[in-house]
Parts: sequence; C-alpha cells; structure tokens
Amino acid sequence: MPRLSSILRLWLATLLLALVGCASTSGGNPLDPFEATNRKIDAFNESVDQAVLKPVAKSYQDYTPNLLQSTVKNFFGNLRDMWSVVNNGLQLKPKETVETGARVVVNSTVGLYGLIDVGTHIGLQRYTADFGQTLGYWGMPSGPYVVLPLLGPSTARDTAALLVDRHGDPWSQINPVASRNQGVALRLVDKRAQFLGMDDRLNEVALDKYSFVRDAYLQKRRAEVRRGPPSDVDELEEKNNDLDYKNIPNKQ
Amino acid sequence: MFQQRIATLIPWFHSAINAGFFGVFLALGFPAHANPQAPDVFMQQLSNELMEVVRKDPTVKSGDMQKLSNLVDVKVLPNVNFQRMTASAVGPAWRKATPEQQKRLQEEFKMLLVRSYAGALSQAKETNTIVVKGFKGSAEDNEVVVRSEIRGGNEPIPLDYRLEKNPDAPGGWMIYNFNVLGVWLVDNYRTQFSQEINAKGLDGLIATLAERNKSNSRK
Repeated sequence: MPRLSSILRLWLATLLLALVGCASTSGGNPLDPFEATNRKIDAFNESVDQAVLKPVAKSYQDYTPNLLQSTVKNFFGNLRDMWSVVNNGLQLKPKETVETGARVVVNSTVGLYGLIDVGTHIGLQRYTADFGQTLGYWGMPSGPYVVLPLLGPSTARDTAALLVDRHGDPWSQINPVASRNQGVALRLVDKRAQFLGMDDRLNEVALDKYSFVRDAYLQKRRAEVRRGPPSDVDELEEKNNDLDYKNIPNKQ
Repeated sequence: MFQQRIATLIPWFHSAINAGFFGVFLALGFPAHANPQAPDVFMQQLSNELMEVVRKDPTVKSGDMQKLSNLVDVKVLPNVNFQRMTASAVGPAWRKATPEQQKRLQEEFKMLLVRSYAGALSQAKETNTIVVKGFKGSAEDNEVVVRSEIRGGNEPIPLDYRLEKNPDAPGGWMIYNFNVLGVWLVDNYRTQFSQEINAKGLDGLIATLAERNKSNSRK
C-alpha cells in the first residue's frame, strides 16, 4: 500500500503532464479541458477496480459477518462526521453543525468509539461536508474536472482541498504507519462494498459512462456547495435550462 | 336563474373537454373545477402511495424486473410527462426529428428509465420514508420545484421534482424532471444524447438506446 503522499505526488505529476500535453483539445464540456487525459486515468482506475478492488469488496461483503461490516462502516463514518462538523461550522450552518456534532458526541460515547451508530437510531441525521465544499461555499470556483489516479472524480479545487481533508481526518494521526495503512485499506474496501450494485446500474443507464459520471459529479458538487440551510436555497433561481417546450411541435 | 345558466353551460363544457380545450377554458379564468391540489401535497401523496407499495407488495422484494416495470407503469407513469422529458434531453435535434423518430426516442428512453427506476425501487428499505419539504413558487405558478428527502438511512437523500400544472393529469400535476442528490436527470442525459447524435445522428441514438434496452432486459 503506497503512502498517500506518494499517490498525491503521482497525480500531481499526471496533472502537470495533462496541462502540458493537451491544453487545447475537445469540444465537450467546458469544465473538462483535460478530457483526453481524464479518460485515460478513468480507464486505468476502472481496470484496477475490476482486477483488485471490486473482487476484494465483493468477498468482504459475502464472507465477513454483517455485524463486522456495519461496525467498520459506523466507525469510519463517525471519524468522517467529526470533520464534517468542522466544515459545517466553517460554512456557518448551525443546524447541520449541531446535529452532526450531536451524532459524534453520542456515537463516540454511548456508541463505543463510534462502533455503534446510536445517533441514527435516535433520529440524528448526518450532514456530510468536506473542505472542498467549504472553499466552494466561500466562493472559490471548482476549476476543471480531473480524474485522480485511484481516487476517481474530482475538480482542481476539491483536489487541493484533499490535502486539508487529510489533515482533518483523525485516522491520519494514527501511528505506526503500518496500522494506519491497514485502516486506510479497510476503509477503502468498506466504501467500495457500499457501492457494489451501483456500477452495474450505471452501465445500464449510461450511454457513455465517463461523461455520465463526470456530469453527475459536477452537478452533485455544485448542489452540495449551494445547499445552505434548507430554507435559504432557492432552486428556482437556478436556471431551468429546459427547452422552451412551447416551441416544440406537438406531433405524436 | 343562476342554476339555469349553469345548466345551459354543461353541454358546452363537456364538448369543450372532448375537444381538448380544457386548458383554454382554464386560461379564460372559468373555475372549471376546484383548484388542483397544492404540488407538495400531491407529491407527498404520491410518495406515500409508492412507499406503501414498497412495504406491502411482494413484487418489490422479488426483484422481478418485468413485474416491477409494470408497477412503475401503473403507479408512476400517469404522472410523468415523458414527451417533455425526452424532448428536453434530446435538445435542439428534437425539432428536426420526424414524428416517427420522436415516438421511438420517447419509447426507448422510457424503457431505459423505467428499468433503472424499478431497480432503485427494489433497493428501497421498509424503514425508508419520503418527507416532502415544500415547494418553490406559488400554487398559481404553472411550474414549480418540489423538494423532498428520503429518510431512514443515516444520511438524508435529497430528491427534488420539477412539476408542471396539467388539469388532465390524475393529480393535477405532471413531473417533467427530477433530481437525486443534486443531479437533474434530464440535464445529465443531454450530454449522453448529444454525443450520440453528433457521432451517429438521431437514428444512431435510437439504435443505441434500443440495443441498450435489449441487453438490459437480458440480464
């Protein structure tokens, strides 16, 4: 398992190559100027997934006890909640900060260091937030879409924010490094296992999986950044770029 | 006197409906029938009905795609304006399409979506509930956005709908776009379709969709 920093160095190198290599290609999505390179990295990720990650996640799901799986999921979920509290706070969202914070308090104590998700049972919802979202909230544009080696869809902003997210992740403080990496691997497998049915479905509905995932990711991140306290959001202000339906001849 | 006037109106009223002038009638300001229900009330009813089916109908758990698709056909589709969804996803090329092409596009797109929707439905848990959080716009608007959330997992899943007023629809409203986790479905298909159209033309897109539906139903 390579250390995260070496992965980061690898993608930085890739990104630089991409910048130099194909600064002016494609007539596709304006947010995806590096489409050619992104597609290559995406194909690489896909093959790693098919060869290693997916089979491992499948066996994890099939051959380990459900109780173990949910405990692992709860534990890492709780760590993630801690960082979400910080980011919800930085985005000045009182309800999200307090409710997610209450989850962390309850789950870390009554829930035995996060192994049991008591919070959900008593109706406390999780509001996930990360540093890329916080940057977006304060007005930083997402920049171009990038596909990171092994880590998948991201944007320039979200990628830069990963460095901060990593420091905000309590697990990154675990020593020795060997146990930390084992945890990172377990967390990855757990995450992948949660999405097992999903890639089959994607293959069914997408005509071109790469652009389907890209457009969905960009839309989703935009919504996450825009989503303030629920009452503040005005979805109608968002441009409804539906066709002018009245001009469509109504033939049937 | 007043009743008499109403009585003379009734035959005209019926023929107006038959002639499909219902919309014009409304637009003229006649209170043809009681105001349609508020869009959020409508969506809450529809959501509750669906979750009821998820809880009670053994079809859902069986995972039988054919039966599930029929269920979606009966329960959901009467409330969806598929022509508008397809036109919008196809984009400007829609206007150049022949009626036959439009019909095929609509059929294939419908099949693709119904299947994936049915798949999503079979994943729903009995503990899930859908909470409608209100809508943007006013009840007089012809188009509104209804916001809702799927609860019951540890994180709420945002689920929004764009509705248009339609007096002929069973609930007075028709869905013409929806949004899961911030992703508008029709918008996401626009690139998918335009890529195909640019590469292979409208008939190419129809062929690709048909082929995809065929391979999906084989699974």
